[in-house]
Amino acid sequence: MVDLSVDLGGGHRLPNPLMTASGCAANGRELHRFFDVADLGAFVTKSVMADPRSGRGTPRMAETPSGMLNSIGLQGPGIEAFVDEDLPWLQSVGARVLPSIAGSSSTEYAHVAATLRASRAFDAVIGVEVNISCPNVANRGLVFACDPLASAKVIALVREQLPRDIPVFAKLSPDVTDITAIAAACVKAGADGLTMINTLLGMVIDTDRMRPQLGGVTGGLSGPGIRPVAVRAIWQVRQAMFEGRIPTVPIIGVGGVRTGRDALELVAAGASAIQVGTAVFNDPSAPVRVLRELCELLDAKGFERFTDAVAVAHGR
Amino acid sequence: MSERQLRARVTQEVAEVIATRRVGAYQHLTLVAPGVAELARPGQFVALAVGGETSGTLLRRSFSIHKVSPSGTYGGTVEIVVSAVGTGTRWIVDRAPHDTIDVVGPLGKAFPLPTDPVACVLVGGGYGSAPLFWLAAELRERGCHVEMVLGAASEDRLFGVVEARRSCDGVTVTTDDGSAGQRGWVSDPLPEIIERTKAGVVYGCGPMGMLESITRVAQAHDAVAQVAVEESMACGVGVCMTCVMPVVGSDGRTRMVRSCVEGPVFRGDRVRWDAFDGGHARVPDDAVGAPKVGGH
Repeated sequence: MVDLSVDLGGGHRLPNPLMTASGCAANGRELHRFFDVADLGAFVTKSVMADPRSGRGTPRMAETPSGMLNSIGLQGPGIEAFVDEDLPWLQSVGARVLPSIAGSSSTEYAHVAATLRASRAFDAVIGVEVNISCPNVANRGLVFACDPLASAKVIALVREQLPRDIPVFAKLSPDVTDITAIAAACVKAGADGLTMINTLLGMVIDTDRMRPQLGGVTGGLSGPGIRPVAVRAIWQVRQAMFEGRIPTVPIIGVGGVRTGRDALELVAAGASAIQVGTAVFNDPSAPVRVLRELCELLDAKGFERFTDAVAVAHGR
Repeated sequence: MSERQLRARVTQEVAEVIATRRVGAYQHLTLVAPGVAELARPGQFVALAVGGETSGTLLRRSFSIHKVSPSGTYGGTVEIVVSAVGTGTRWIVDRAPHDTIDVVGPLGKAFPLPTDPVACVLVGGGYGSAPLFWLAAELRERGCHVEMVLGAASEDRLFGVVEARRSCDGVTVTTDDGSAGQRGWVSDPLPEIIERTKAGVVYGCGPMGMLESITRVAQAHDAVAQVAVEESMACGVGVCMTCVMPVVGSDGRTRMVRSCVEGPVFRGDRVRWDAFDGGHARVPDDAVGAPKVGGH
């Protein structure tokens, strides 16, 4: 039997490296009908902002080859409702939670983190993922994740609000010239780990109506079609860590994982944990299936510990 | 409700196709899905995966359940009616007997049933009529007088006229081109039927524009409209947030709600029809958390 446990920081030893991906699993109740969410290494919730948000109008979705484009617009209940209802529910079923937080200003991120910390269910939290792929109102809507200084400021402010034993993960966008520069800025600002990758910006035109298919015009591309981008991004950042250009921190791999083999690809590139996102829309029990397949694959390849497979493709 | 019961209300199963036949412009499939058949209620739907485990078409296609037979010869079966309009639905109609399809269901909220035996009118547009026959049978078991209005663009796009005559107390057919029944829309004969039967509830399933007009007619004649919407969905299980539409809650406030979990059946007078326009649903300015000027 392969030892699947993994420590992503803060002394929270997770029983396995499998997680949901933010925005692809709601806040737990829906998928709990298909599998026990406490069986996952961690449950990653939908990015939450300070106030309730309606999200965008429809259509919000377009199918693409081996993937999809979405333009939800961060619909959500706001952090107060999240800590009053969603987090306590996740705690009640024994889930380890990696909440994803978002904001349109660095102070909003800090406020959301502070409210989270004050929650009565904070014991269930094993880390916080910071979704920095949000438009920065103070910088004409340029997303934080495309600007190393803005990314660093958000991470530093969030880090200040949380106890030391709660690792902070910066979720990076692949839509940048040099992802290692953003990764370095985030780690230097106090990020204890990185989540890679967020969606890629894309667009589909409805050729019947000759207009953009999404109500929000552009959207985030996800699904197996983007997996090579995730593998490349994880590889580059992990390589920069080996070369000493970035301090070594854990990477949570996400992007197009549908099977155990896909997960192993991200792991071999340098991921210490795996999130399953869009594949859930195809198969609601995908996270636990991928975990089972990954475990079988590691066993067949003779790995005794999951952690022995992390970044194994480097130097081969 | 215990955790176990909550989890038992939906199932995922690999269903064998045991029958498939052409009905007018549509394909009628019978699937062996005992878990779904056991749990489903009229108005609920199933979400079907397309093209097997390695398919590049990831998103599930949702269909309202036409009929269930919990204890058929082959085990419990579920029947659906499919209109082949794109890659995914074409793959589904191309399945032959003994092929398998991954099915998740039953999903969504069922049609609410009246506690008293009031008269009901069931209105179906095109193959939107699929779930109404099952509903009609349940209503008549409760002593309700049930009439049905079936409408479509043309005769080949009507679904279930014969079945309607068998399962209802009265049937009216309309087509846009007059190729069957009376020429016109389902909303044309509706006022007379509601008045004559003193109907308390109008159930509808079909395109948004039709559901809006059913709602308007029902309101004008003091009947409650219960409409099942056909929004495009990616997952069907409540996690993707793509099938939202603006609906007024019991607190009087409008929210963008998921039609897969809070619907697909809504009270017609709760839907913000004013926000729909040619396949788009915008967020009404007074909706909870609506974008402020300069925001988003």
